[in-house]
Amino acid sequence: MTATDTTADAAVPPARDPGPGREPLLEIKGLTVDYGEGAGAVHAVDNVDITLHRAETLGLAGESGSGKSTLAHAVTRLLRPPGRITGGQVLYHRRAKDGGPVPPPVDVLAMNPAELRAFRWEEIAIVFQSAMNALNPVHNVAAQIADTLRAHRPGITREQCRERAAHLLTTVGVPAARMKAYPHELSGGMRQRVMIAMALALDPDVLVLDEPTTALDVVVQREVLAELVRLREEFGFAVLFITHDLSLLLEVADRVAIMYAGRLVESAPAQAVYHEPEHPYTRGLVGSFPPLRGPRRELTGIGGSPPDLRSLPPGCAFSPRCGHAFDRCRRDIPLLRVPPAAPERLVACHLDDPDGGSDAT
Amino acid sequence: MAATATIVTAETAPAPAKARRGIPLLRSGKALTGVVIFGIFILLAVIGPWIAPDDPSQTGGPVLQSPSGAHLLGTTQSGQDVLSQVLTGARTSMLVGVVAATLATALAVLIGVTAGYVGGWTDDILSMLTNIFLVIPALPLTIVLTGYLEGGGWFPIAVVISVTGWAFGARLQRAQTLSLRNRDYIKAARAVGERPWRIVTVELVPNLGAIIISGFLFTFIFAILTEASLSFLGLGSMTTWSWGTTLYWAQNSSAFTTGAWWWYVPPGLCIALVGASLSLINFGADELMNPRLAPVAKRNRKARRAQRRQAAAAGAAGKEATP
Amino acid sequence: MTQVRFLFRRIAFYAVTAWAAITMNFLIPRLMPGSPENTVLSRFQGQVSQEQIDAVKAQLGVSDAGILSQYGTYWKDLLSGDLGLSVSYFPGEVSEVIGQGVWWTVVLIGVATAISFVLGTLLGVLAAWKRGSRLDALLPLTTFLSAVPYFWIALVALSVFGVELGLFPLTGGYRPELEVGWSGEFISSALSHSVLPALTIIVSSIAGWLLGMRNMMLTTISEDYVLVAEAKGLRTRRVMLGYAARNALLPNISGFAMSLGFIVSGSIVTETVFSYPGIGFLLYNAVLNNDYPLMQGIFLIITLMVLFANFVVDLCYVVLDPRIRQEA
Repeated sequence: MTATDTTADAAVPPARDPGPGREPLLEIKGLTVDYGEGAGAVHAVDNVDITLHRAETLGLAGESGSGKSTLAHAVTRLLRPPGRITGGQVLYHRRAKDGGPVPPPVDVLAMNPAELRAFRWEEIAIVFQSAMNALNPVHNVAAQIADTLRAHRPGITREQCRERAAHLLTTVGVPAARMKAYPHELSGGMRQRVMIAMALALDPDVLVLDEPTTALDVVVQREVLAELVRLREEFGFAVLFITHDLSLLLEVADRVAIMYAGRLVESAPAQAVYHEPEHPYTRGLVGSFPPLRGPRRELTGIGGSPPDLRSLPPGCAFSPRCGHAFDRCRRDIPLLRVPPAAPERLVACHLDDPDGGSDAT
Repeated sequence: MAATATIVTAETAPAPAKARRGIPLLRSGKALTGVVIFGIFILLAVIGPWIAPDDPSQTGGPVLQSPSGAHLLGTTQSGQDVLSQVLTGARTSMLVGVVAATLATALAVLIGVTAGYVGGWTDDILSMLTNIFLVIPALPLTIVLTGYLEGGGWFPIAVVISVTGWAFGARLQRAQTLSLRNRDYIKAARAVGERPWRIVTVELVPNLGAIIISGFLFTFIFAILTEASLSFLGLGSMTTWSWGTTLYWAQNSSAFTTGAWWWYVPPGLCIALVGASLSLINFGADELMNPRLAPVAKRNRKARRAQRRQAAAAGAAGKEATP
Repeated sequence: MTQVRFLFRRIAFYAVTAWAAITMNFLIPRLMPGSPENTVLSRFQGQVSQEQIDAVKAQLGVSDAGILSQYGTYWKDLLSGDLGLSVSYFPGEVSEVIGQGVWWTVVLIGVATAISFVLGTLLGVLAAWKRGSRLDALLPLTTFLSAVPYFWIALVALSVFGVELGLFPLTGGYRPELEVGWSGEFISSALSHSVLPALTIIVSSIAGWLLGMRNMMLTTISEDYVLVAEAKGLRTRRVMLGYAARNALLPNISGFAMSLGFIVSGSIVTETVFSYPGIGFLLYNAVLNNDYPLMQGIFLIITLMVLFANFVVDLCYVVLDPRIRQEA
């Protein structure tokens, strides 16, 4: 553990991520994102704490509108109005240079434009849902990889750019001959591979995958996913994998965080989420897709409709749809805490809360 | 020569348009301004000739007077009252605009919807016709056509303008019809065997409403500007007064070199105001359907700046806290 | 090879349009009411041979021959460059009269449109990129400008810069005492005479480009690829120009055809205001003098030039958009 971690501990004692010995890479603390302002503002992301460790795959799941994509955009400072960050920190821990001391973490949200430009893609690269929309339709593949290289490696030659592009494309399984192709000339799977190649151009430590396979058909989805897993082994980057498809996450993620109505409701190792989901919402999610392996079980699904951020109920946002809700759930917002029985996870639920009787707000 | 406003395209326009008409448009400041100015000019077109203080053609008054109590907008070189000319001209100019825009829009809907709905070679031919009329410059054609007209007042001019000005609207209607035709509710109506005529009039055209109005307003600007240009060139109907006619006489009598601004500024301003009001209505409608186009409100800007400062401060604090 | 197919389709379209315009030109005098031939012939009285009278009659559709054979003759004359005799510039040939005016117009409209397009597009890019800044003040102004008739701006420019300030000459294309040619004196005179007409065209047409570009930019800015460009850490200028503006430009270029029609129409009236020796002013004079052959010849030439300009724009489009598969 580094010295920084101690400070973080002091700042937010109850919501510490378990997992000693792992080196934090990206620490999101108290991040809040609003859409609109004044009385009409809604919290799309509400006071979220989450840490991505080095070389870890962290899955972020939730229904559409749960704030998971907004979170990703906020972390990379790509939010567009009316969305705006109203609080929190995103601390990035740089690697020590050549045996030197570990540099202090930097707050991404406080960077000036030049720092931000240098930071982007170098440290965090993003793969978006639809590569058709994410690739510039009027430039060919090589040009789009090259302008990334040129922006971050001033002085790189045309020939070096070409070689690097060819190498990257080959790495992700696209024939280097296709580097002169335009996005519309490639298939959906190819485009997403090109996007991934582009993301790897600067060898980033974090890859944010925002529904990277949702727009693909199932077979291609499998291939791209397998490719991603392989590349992670090879390059050792950490992944923040955002999807509404929990079953997908359980396969590829080390740890899974579940969001509901802009808040984190549960965070646990993937296996734990699958076998013993703690939060009633997580249980609902796990129950709404067929089991990956093993015996069949009944699909349950979740009753009710997704929350309307403009008029959230007091207390737990999930309480109207929750079969176990009791008075306190409709009164107090549950905070993330480590349940006594499972030290490796975090849950925001009043059920099984040891100090259940007291008013904890 | 009219405004090259961006028109709502098929993609951005909402299909079941019923909920989005009338009042919501007026919530946009732009559209409201446009509607108010346009309303004033419609009113002027109706009552203008009646409230005009003098006969616009009446000569013999004081010559080239600058605005005064007796002649609010001054007089022309032959002693005519400019205000009377502008008020009387409002009717002709607006009338040409309304008639030409109505005819052109009817033609545009007929051709555009037919092309879009029927498809096949009908569409090929009608689209070709539309594109041809879009590419051929309208004013030279209009000038040649009116050159062959001998007299006849404002109506033939309005007809000629509608003949040269329908194509733009037709392209809009066709694009929107094409996109609507593939919507589920139209497909469903076809599947259950509704008559094509009924589908078009009951299901399709009502949902084209916004596009039709937008095309109408656009053609209206085009018509007013074209009529003004024709009259200004002395090719319009010289027996009736319009804003263009007044400008024609002003130009012919060198009002521009003698500094008689009261003669040429008011009619030009009227044309510009009518045009601008219609553009404003169109922009308002655009922004309503595509909020990204709207200018950002000032308070948003302030808030963003404050937020940036706050974030920077928080970041700085965060940095200090870390050893 | 989709580009080649695209260009072939465009050429086919322009060919059909040219045919339609030429045929319209043939039909108009035959379908419109009135008897223009009397007006024309009365002015020719005693000055022309019987052969020429027959030619005028044939051109205006007063002929005993069947309409198809008239149409054949019309095409034959046209292909040999014969547009008939001008009435007002008698005994000049229409093609000669047009030949003298056409370059004035081509240069004036060409240069003014290029300036207006570049300037308007850049301002549109900035207005969209800096939305919420002071540049938003441009919007009401451009909305107003886009609705003002060209000729009125021409008149105001004339009275302010020409008459009041005396900065530029009032009428004509050059000092009349000068010989037309490549002399420095002539060129500088022609330049100073073209400032006000060009300014008029620029001021009147710039609003359209600006608003069109701004709106397309605002749509493009929210595309994922712009977001990715930003996420890649590219410089703001590169994101704005290479990604957002580069893509926003395309629909604006494909809308060029219609805009050009408006600009040409406006320029005709502008030339008239300044008595600029281009074909717009010629057209005006032709109409005043009932010079029907000249009128029609000018309509034809203007249309063909606009078609050609559109084709050039199509060529640019092919270069700029790799995706051309079907007509926009």
